[in-house]
Amino acid sequence: MKYAYYPGCSLEVNSAAYDISVRAVAQLLSIELQEIDDWNCCGATEYFSQDELTACAVIARNLALVDDKVEQLIAPCAACFLNLKKTDKLMSDSAEMNGRVNTCLAAGGLSYRPGRVLVRHLLDVIHGDIGEAAVRDKVVRPLTGLRVAPYYGCQWVRPMSDVDNPEYPMKMDDLFTWLGAEVVDYPVKAHCCGGHMTQISEPQAFELIRRLLQSAVDARADMILCMCPMCQLNLDAYQGRVNGHFGAEFKLPIIFFTQLLGIAFGIAPEQLGFGKEIVAALPVIKAWLGRAAAAVA
Amino acid sequence: MSDPTFEPKIVGFCCNWCSYRAADLAGTARIKYAPNVRIIRLMCSGRVDPGFVLSALANGADGVLIAGCHPGECHYLSQNYKAMRRYHVLKHTLAALGLEPDRLRLVWASAAEGQQLAEAIDRLVEDIRKLGPLRWPANWEAEPCCQEAVESIAREHQEAMEVLP
Amino acid sequence: MARKIGIYVCHCGSNIAGTIDVEEVARWAGATIDGVAVARDYKFMCSSLGQQMIEEDIRKKGLTGVVVAACSPHLHEKTFRRACEHAELNPYLCQMVNLREHCSWVCADKAAGTAKAKALVYAAAERVKQQVPLEPMEVQVNPATLVVGGGIAGLQATLELADAGYHVYLVEREPSIGGHMAQFDKTFPTLDCSACILTPKMSEAGQHANVTLLTYSELEEVSGSVGNFKVKVRKKARYVDETICTGCGICIEKCPRRVVDNGFEAGLGQRKAIYTPFPQAVPRIPVIDTAACIWFDRGKCRACEKLCPTNAIAFDQEDEIVELQVGNIVLATGWKLFDCHKLPQYGYGRLPNVYTNMEFERLCNAAGPTNGKIVLRDGKTEPKSVAVIHCVGSRDVRHNESCSAVCCMAALKFGHLVLEKTKAEVYSFYIDMRTYHKGYEEFFQRLLKEGMHFVRGKVAEVTDAARTPGEEGKLIVQVEDTLVGQQQRIAVDMVVLMGALEPQADAKELGLKCGISCSMQGWYTERHPKLDPVATMTDGVFVAGACQGPKDIPASVVQGAAAAARISGMIAKGHVMIEPIVASIQEDKCSGCKICNTMCPYNAIEFDEPAGVSRVISSMCKGCGTCVAACPAGAISGAHFNNAQIMAEIRGILWDAVPSGNGQAPGVPAAALNP
Repeated sequence: MKYAYYPGCSLEVNSAAYDISVRAVAQLLSIELQEIDDWNCCGATEYFSQDELTACAVIARNLALVDDKVEQLIAPCAACFLNLKKTDKLMSDSAEMNGRVNTCLAAGGLSYRPGRVLVRHLLDVIHGDIGEAAVRDKVVRPLTGLRVAPYYGCQWVRPMSDVDNPEYPMKMDDLFTWLGAEVVDYPVKAHCCGGHMTQISEPQAFELIRRLLQSAVDARADMILCMCPMCQLNLDAYQGRVNGHFGAEFKLPIIFFTQLLGIAFGIAPEQLGFGKEIVAALPVIKAWLGRAAAAVA
Repeated sequence: MSDPTFEPKIVGFCCNWCSYRAADLAGTARIKYAPNVRIIRLMCSGRVDPGFVLSALANGADGVLIAGCHPGECHYLSQNYKAMRRYHVLKHTLAALGLEPDRLRLVWASAAEGQQLAEAIDRLVEDIRKLGPLRWPANWEAEPCCQEAVESIAREHQEAMEVLP
Repeated sequence: MARKIGIYVCHCGSNIAGTIDVEEVARWAGATIDGVAVARDYKFMCSSLGQQMIEEDIRKKGLTGVVVAACSPHLHEKTFRRACEHAELNPYLCQMVNLREHCSWVCADKAAGTAKAKALVYAAAERVKQQVPLEPMEVQVNPATLVVGGGIAGLQATLELADAGYHVYLVEREPSIGGHMAQFDKTFPTLDCSACILTPKMSEAGQHANVTLLTYSELEEVSGSVGNFKVKVRKKARYVDETICTGCGICIEKCPRRVVDNGFEAGLGQRKAIYTPFPQAVPRIPVIDTAACIWFDRGKCRACEKLCPTNAIAFDQEDEIVELQVGNIVLATGWKLFDCHKLPQYGYGRLPNVYTNMEFERLCNAAGPTNGKIVLRDGKTEPKSVAVIHCVGSRDVRHNESCSAVCCMAALKFGHLVLEKTKAEVYSFYIDMRTYHKGYEEFFQRLLKEGMHFVRGKVAEVTDAARTPGEEGKLIVQVEDTLVGQQQRIAVDMVVLMGALEPQADAKELGLKCGISCSMQGWYTERHPKLDPVATMTDGVFVAGACQGPKDIPASVVQGAAAAARISGMIAKGHVMIEPIVASIQEDKCSGCKICNTMCPYNAIEFDEPAGVSRVISSMCKGCGTCVAACPAGAISGAHFNNAQIMAEIRGILWDAVPSGNGQAPGVPAAALNP
């Protein structure tokens, strides 16, 4: 099935690993991704904090650019996903907003009817549309013995709570159970990573990041899986700063869920963006592979 | 086109258990609403014969309201669903007869919803005011052949319904 | 016969006269409406003088119909019907006009109100001219009663009826009567042992000559109507012959198969595959759980059969359908516990030391799985601190909007038990403290003195994710203390969730079998929430206890007793009068299309195959009139709401709608429609 693909700014450079692994996995699952031509930034949290109408108009431009024949859009970044979904809903709920946004779009020769495009996150597409049977079927290397902490972050469950249980989301847990991994009980899986607080107030952000890392360590997780570039960045790139700030010794790989999904599907790590993360994940994967091979022998 | 001084006359069929009690509650709470709806009490909204609605319109009503218990809460379990089905068919029929279907309205009101029923009545009265008077009897008077046509149809119907020995 | 109608317009003090010109309405009615013999207005028609006025006019003027334009018929229809009856005029020749609730109280403009009043009076006058005398039907009442549900409400109803000398069939789905009350440890506010006050009632019911216990049974089917119900009860197979079993318990002792008891022990304890739910069970006859039994699973064992001294085990037993005839039915089916898994932020099912209220009851109960010791899931460690969280699943738009009525008191009770039995600190996390009945507020004050801690705030989450060394290994309750406006993290060893009381999963289905409905939430709908909380809209079917809405034990007992009293009264009288508002089919008009058969939710219409016509069973007809409207041949008429009457009412109500204003409305002639 064909989906419009909205990579979002982070996937271009910072989180290229996410983009690479998304495309690799999508190809294997016969999810045809058609990148939106000339898409623009969704504004993360900034646009909406400035002006709602402008935010909606700029975000709706992306929805308007989706090919007429394509009904669904995939956004791998949780923030982009929420922004696109929120915009569609705001336009749908308010005839006035719809009118004003379309007036803005018209200035660029575009228009968008709310509800025409269904905004999805890749996790939901794999969990819901592809489904357990098909996923299990594609597993080449079961993740047996690998302990993972699935980290959802905020935007998957707040403020819109229709995709997963808002208090205790489970879709990534389910997915990695299907892949044979040991999914740990990760009580802070929907707690905030601090977002842009790393820029505004480091101590606050570091404490939030520390809690996420500590809880994963307490659960003896081998790695944390993310579905949002911001979360991955905070947990990975700032791990060293957090160590320094608290005198801790965290050394926990933080990768995108699609990277590990690809490993389970038998795709080579080089083709999944491994090596781009700051806290090296490959050694942990290789060690696990070694243990798995030894167990079989 | 609409005359703001026109006072519609509307017949309301209310079911004994929910909507009639809702109207009572509106009274006890002294809620003021438009006096244009004259209520006839039936035991259930399922009792509303389409003939009642047509008769009301033919006798000079500008609109008809049917009010019953909410779906799932009918005192007689499921009869309001039957009322609902008849209502939709009736709307089609009215349209086919050249009447604005909006002259007939179905509302659900539980015995606790006096305020909501009053508001629904106010809205209905305004909508019918905008549509203007129906003037069916006057139309009848203007064209006597219509009256004859109806009487002959009624006679034929009666003959057709006779069960022969 | 010449029609002689009497029209009476009530002032109701200034309630009607204030916004309607009542004298004018009366004068106009006498002058304008055909067939009016007398038209009066009077201050208070419902007064004895008002009624006398009507009675005198009936006698002296030979009135053939009476219209009383006053308040809502829901208030005084009976009053004026009685007055007519007194003067020997059939009560169904009386019609009320709702001039107060529907007119004077809702209209501010006197002119508009008076015009509306006139239309309503004209309508009633035209209607009453079409009305015919009707006689209420007398139905004998079978003195036996069916009570569904053997909890405290059902037991109370059963015992009161049985003591009054009437037979009761008590149907209970579980193997023993007793309900949830049998699971509790102590009851608030007296801290009486629950089993101690319950078991005497259970024994009495078990031994009473006038009670037939049908335990491990379900209500299958109900037909008939008040005074005369036919019910089918399914007695599920126990695989034990209850006529021979002595209740010695050897089978239970020797059974090799142990399973988790998710019923009585709320998942905390275990039982055997053959079991009685608790030691004081009534009856003491065990039941085989076929899902757990080795014989049913793998075809081996049968130890119980081998060891039973009276040979009472019967592996070939089958479900039995028992047919009963009763006059009345009481539904006392109680409640079920909210599934606390639905609030994953509280950790139930994930974090071991999070308990539900029912689990905690079993923990505290001396006959429970820990012999009454309050310990953690490891079975031995005593908690040093316990958190009790109120409103889990209650007062929550996502789950149950209602308050469960008993949890605040139960939470206080738990607090007391923790303080009494352990050295632990105990915290209550509440939204409001609802301690409204006799002795309840005093109980709350007592707990304040005993040192229970109270935090007003809805708990955000219970987590084991420690943030500081002091939180390691504990359960942390994250809550905003709203009275000081601060976030708190309180570390405890054990959390007790006060789960909501919810309607039974099959309450709606059972209700429909008996012809009653549920509210949107699933609690049975009573006839009137204030004035008639045990009767339902269906005569002969009563509700008692928590199935009508969450309530405590005294309220359940009261409702059980109330239902019993109602039924006793009916049985003593021997008969009930049913309103004759029923449908009837004119057989010579019936073409046998059977459309009406499918319309009736009470199965009150049967089809006579040989004759090829449908017939209404009057005693089962509730008078909704749907079949009357549905019949394409117009063969069905509805007594007291027939077409002639309604059509006349419509014509009258639109008396002023015809431009020519001559009172004669053209349009579809009445003769063309059905009489």
